[in-house]
Amino acid sequence: MEQTIRKAPLQCRVNGQQVEMLVKPWQTLLEVLRDELRLTGTKEGCSNGNCGACTVIIDGQAVDSCLTLGLEADGHEVTTIEGLANGAELHPVQQAFMENGALQCGFCTPGFIMSTKAFLDKHPKPTETELRTGIAGNLCRCTGYDKIIKAIMSITEK
Amino acid sequence: MATVQDRKYVGQSVEKVDALERVTGRAQYGADLYMSGMLHAKALRSPYAHARIKNIDTSKAEQVEGVKAVITHKDLPVPSDTATSFGGELMIALKDLQRLTMAHDKALFDGHTVAVVAATSPDVAEQAASLIQVEYEPLPPVGDVVSAMDDSAALLHEDLFTKTLGDPPTKASNVATYLEDGRGDMEQAWKDSDVVVEDTYDTLMVHQGYLEPQACVARVDGDGTVNIWTSNQGTYNVQRQLSALLDLPQDKMIVTPMEIGGGFGGKIYTILEPLAILLSKKSGGAPVKMVMDRNEVFRGTGPGSPAHLTVKVGAKNDGTITGCYVRMVYDAGAFPGSPIAGATVVSFGPYKCENMRLEAYDVVTNKPRVQAYRAPGGTPVGFAVETVMDMVAEKVGMDPLQFRKHNAVVEGDLMTNNRPLNSIGLTEMLDEIEKHPCWTSTLEGPNRGRGLAIGFWLGATLTSSSVIMVHADGTVTVTTGQVDLTGIRTTMKQMTAEELQIPIEDVNVRVVDTNSAPYTDLSAGSRSTWTQSIAIQRAAESAISQMKAHAAEQLKVEPEDVEYADRRFWVREDPEQAMGWFDVARNSVRRGNGPVCGEGSVTRVQSAPTFGANVADVEVDPGTGKVKLLRYTCFQDVGCAINPVQVEGQIQGGAVQGIGWSLYEYYHYDEKGVMRNPSLLDYRMPTALDLPMIDTVLIEKPASEGPYGARGVGEVPIVPPPGAIANAIYQATGVRMNKLPMTPENVFWALKDNGNGK
Amino acid sequence: MRPFAFVSPRTLDEAVQAMAGAGGNARALAGGSDLVDQMRVGRRTPNLVVDIKNIPDMQRLEYIPGEGLYIGAGVSCTRTGEYAPVAEHYPSIKEVCGLIGSTQIQNRASIAGNVCNSAPSGDTIPPLLTYDAKCIVVGPNGRREVPIGEFFAGPGQNVMAADELLLELVVPPPPANSSGRYLRFIPREEMDIAVAGAASMIAVDPASKRCTRARIALASVAPTPVRALDAEAALEGQVLTADVVKAASDLTPNATSPISDVRGSVEYRKELCKVLTQRTLEHCLADLGM
Repeated sequence: MEQTIRKAPLQCRVNGQQVEMLVKPWQTLLEVLRDELRLTGTKEGCSNGNCGACTVIIDGQAVDSCLTLGLEADGHEVTTIEGLANGAELHPVQQAFMENGALQCGFCTPGFIMSTKAFLDKHPKPTETELRTGIAGNLCRCTGYDKIIKAIMSITEK
Repeated sequence: MATVQDRKYVGQSVEKVDALERVTGRAQYGADLYMSGMLHAKALRSPYAHARIKNIDTSKAEQVEGVKAVITHKDLPVPSDTATSFGGELMIALKDLQRLTMAHDKALFDGHTVAVVAATSPDVAEQAASLIQVEYEPLPPVGDVVSAMDDSAALLHEDLFTKTLGDPPTKASNVATYLEDGRGDMEQAWKDSDVVVEDTYDTLMVHQGYLEPQACVARVDGDGTVNIWTSNQGTYNVQRQLSALLDLPQDKMIVTPMEIGGGFGGKIYTILEPLAILLSKKSGGAPVKMVMDRNEVFRGTGPGSPAHLTVKVGAKNDGTITGCYVRMVYDAGAFPGSPIAGATVVSFGPYKCENMRLEAYDVVTNKPRVQAYRAPGGTPVGFAVETVMDMVAEKVGMDPLQFRKHNAVVEGDLMTNNRPLNSIGLTEMLDEIEKHPCWTSTLEGPNRGRGLAIGFWLGATLTSSSVIMVHADGTVTVTTGQVDLTGIRTTMKQMTAEELQIPIEDVNVRVVDTNSAPYTDLSAGSRSTWTQSIAIQRAAESAISQMKAHAAEQLKVEPEDVEYADRRFWVREDPEQAMGWFDVARNSVRRGNGPVCGEGSVTRVQSAPTFGANVADVEVDPGTGKVKLLRYTCFQDVGCAINPVQVEGQIQGGAVQGIGWSLYEYYHYDEKGVMRNPSLLDYRMPTALDLPMIDTVLIEKPASEGPYGARGVGEVPIVPPPGAIANAIYQATGVRMNKLPMTPENVFWALKDNGNGK
Repeated sequence: MRPFAFVSPRTLDEAVQAMAGAGGNARALAGGSDLVDQMRVGRRTPNLVVDIKNIPDMQRLEYIPGEGLYIGAGVSCTRTGEYAPVAEHYPSIKEVCGLIGSTQIQNRASIAGNVCNSAPSGDTIPPLLTYDAKCIVVGPNGRREVPIGEFFAGPGQNVMAADELLLELVVPPPPANSSGRYLRFIPREEMDIAVAGAASMIAVDPASKRCTRARIALASVAPTPVRALDAEAALEGQVLTADVVKAASDLTPNATSPISDVRGSVEYRKELCKVLTQRTLEHCLADLGM
């Protein structure tokens, strides 16, 4: 079965780099990123879009890479946690998570940061409820969200 | 020792040393390893809760191109010492761990591993696993502890006889253990009571809900050395379990900790590790990676134990408690070992009472074998006891906080196990609540209520070790086997700098594999930071005394004549004769006794009991039964907050897990014993939108032992939430909730049954 | 995931041909939030997946006064919810665009995808029912129009043939002096599947204050989303006092045939229909300044 269906070409930009490769049509974008490109910062927590650990940004929008096929990224711009910092300069969301104790085990952190980045790009001055709604698709089990909310609010109040 | 005011690093919210790796995606967790020639393993799991396995045919799977190895229980060696048990938090017998690892003659729960395939890709492994043919004979499932104890219940294990102090039973049973404890005269206690309240409570199975599914990679080397990379709470417990399960010497069993994406007690016994090792062996030593998906995490790991509880409390009209009784039936899942010991200690832990009786049953059912879950056993009994205490307070006409203050234990009072308490801060904590706006402010509006509950946790001690090496340039590496679950690298760095009186930047803490550092017990039981505070103190003392010996040699005096402070060694009688830390370190590598390496271990210390309390404001929607949290405040005596931000984070996270347990989370089993909600869609953990800010108030009453008087902080936060929320729901509606979770539907019908509340 | 082939046509014709050539075992992919998970767990096993997001006709999002709202099958919930005429004319459609899953899911999922998935719990469907939306279906035999009320055939089933595609939804202009609202009940505040959902749309004659049109539709309480016809009848022609609203809401269980499952019991779902309907009607009345 697997032998009869060919891999298909995927051309997209990942973290600013042009990527050209062959992928199995049934590989999710998450699998392409992790298994093929070894960008393991994007995590698999639930496999069905209910935890947000696999969040990446496609053309400016946060998406669950576990619910996106790799081939759907064809022709698009994908940003993962590895591509967020500008060289040695962290993105303000990364900085805020570090400074405010907004992470414990860190497994949800990459997805949370990607979600937050996309959210703030669109809503630079959210209310607390707007913020909580915007990131409700990212589960964290360690922090109770308190320090995450405070970290993000510290950026919006700057 | 520096006084509290003099401390430079302990007590500071130092940023996590590994924060950068975590915000950049560079931190490596169990599933992030890729190795040359690596195979991927997938399990076939039982779809039945209880079934005899008559035959397993793996031939079709073996023929699939890309399949390198298939294993069943027949591939597990027979352990040489079947009497062994493993601790950590909950005990599990080796023979049970073996049958839990893979089903033998019977599948004992929905999700029990039956066979595992290793192949060149996860797709192929999964497809091949689905081709394995298993002949099952379904047996009646045992769904809950109450039916498990019924004489007519099917038996999970024909060789299980109840362990109890009385006459040994002659008939096999689903009750693994019956314990009783207590003191005083209960009959007299009830006679002396002006009011007595008794009620029964039920909770359901819950999951720790760590975001990282279990994952590991195993590789067997040519000389027989087994390497395992895993995200587990303790590498040495993995080493001990694997070496016993697979009959391997410990020197050949190297366990390397990966970053762990949450554990909360659920990553203590081995699950995937033995399977990956057997597959690696069978495929000629190839690295084998095994990663669970979320469905497998729910069905195939060790969740938190449900319980059936009866609590009875009597009191005088002045509010003095006269008698306390609890009957606790805890569900262990498929093999014995539910958290009845923890539950017993928690139960009436905060209350002074001369007459107590505690009865506890450890019962097996056709569910996954439980693991610890944050204060294991504490949350169900905390819910029951705190609700009954609230009812007693109301009956005697006392404010719930005043009632608790009136009966609060103090140092010297007896715990439920009849041992005296050492230094505790319960009274100080209750005083803080009394002053706090979360308690003193008025709560207005219909269907709103405020609830209070307190919780207790004794904390584990066990063994902790660390090694401090002083480099030639004066910087320091600390090596430990203590898995970094909640920031131990950061707190150990703070404590090392504090004890050595050197700049914190000069300290580097490495968490290493089992065969590169001395034995250390797991990171669990609220024990890591506070027991390491003692181990570090001892290692630092040893390192400083070695440094003094070197300085003495240089200064041509005896070591006992040398003083040390702030990176300076001097001769006591002649303070001008001195050497700096750097010079001593540089010389140490080629003179005298050579390099400085201080080892510190701690085995037995006094426990550092912890108390926590929550105040919850809720609003109940009478139309739907939905409970909304308006305000939430956590109080906790932490002894000494080594790193306040990390301590607050622990408390907030624990409280929110407790809130999830209170309102949303449970395993939904159908009548066949099959879990119907094994996904994060229908197993509902709180999102950011479900919560208010979680305020924290830290009380710092030093513990009896340890350099800073720190207490473990991780576990007690999960004990008070259900009681606080249930008591708040009562204040809002006049209805008492007896079951967890208090889902909208459960609250809705409770309101209807009571004429829509008050 | 079970292997399949993948195409991403650039025109509607290519898409129709691809579907037709797959021997009845192709599946259109919009946002993927249902389909990808269903394929992962083996609940759907197509041989061919046809990504419809790169077809310009399926990216149409346009409101034409007098004609109504056109929502192409590939248009994400986020884009739909942010389109100003949606908020202005169809408040309940705006509401559901912000309810489906998380932000991440709303960024991918389309309303048409929710309709094609045909789950009893599909949140976008009750508002479409209250606005009498039409489904424009295309296939090898051309184009046909199916009223949304006739689209669903059972849980996960609809009247589209295996080789047909949903091109777009057309939502007629709402009646004058009307409002529509949707409420779903879930245990958490986000991310869950509705235990029950209710959409109401009412138009009121400003002079007589009488209800000139009432539509009530429910999710998660029958094999398909359903209209609550008894309740609608109890509203039309009436002055919508609190008593009338309550009495009509209490009739909604007549339209339901719920099941007890992991999300709720039969009786609870019936109770929720009443309270949710009442609250959406009250909200509509408030929108109308009544």
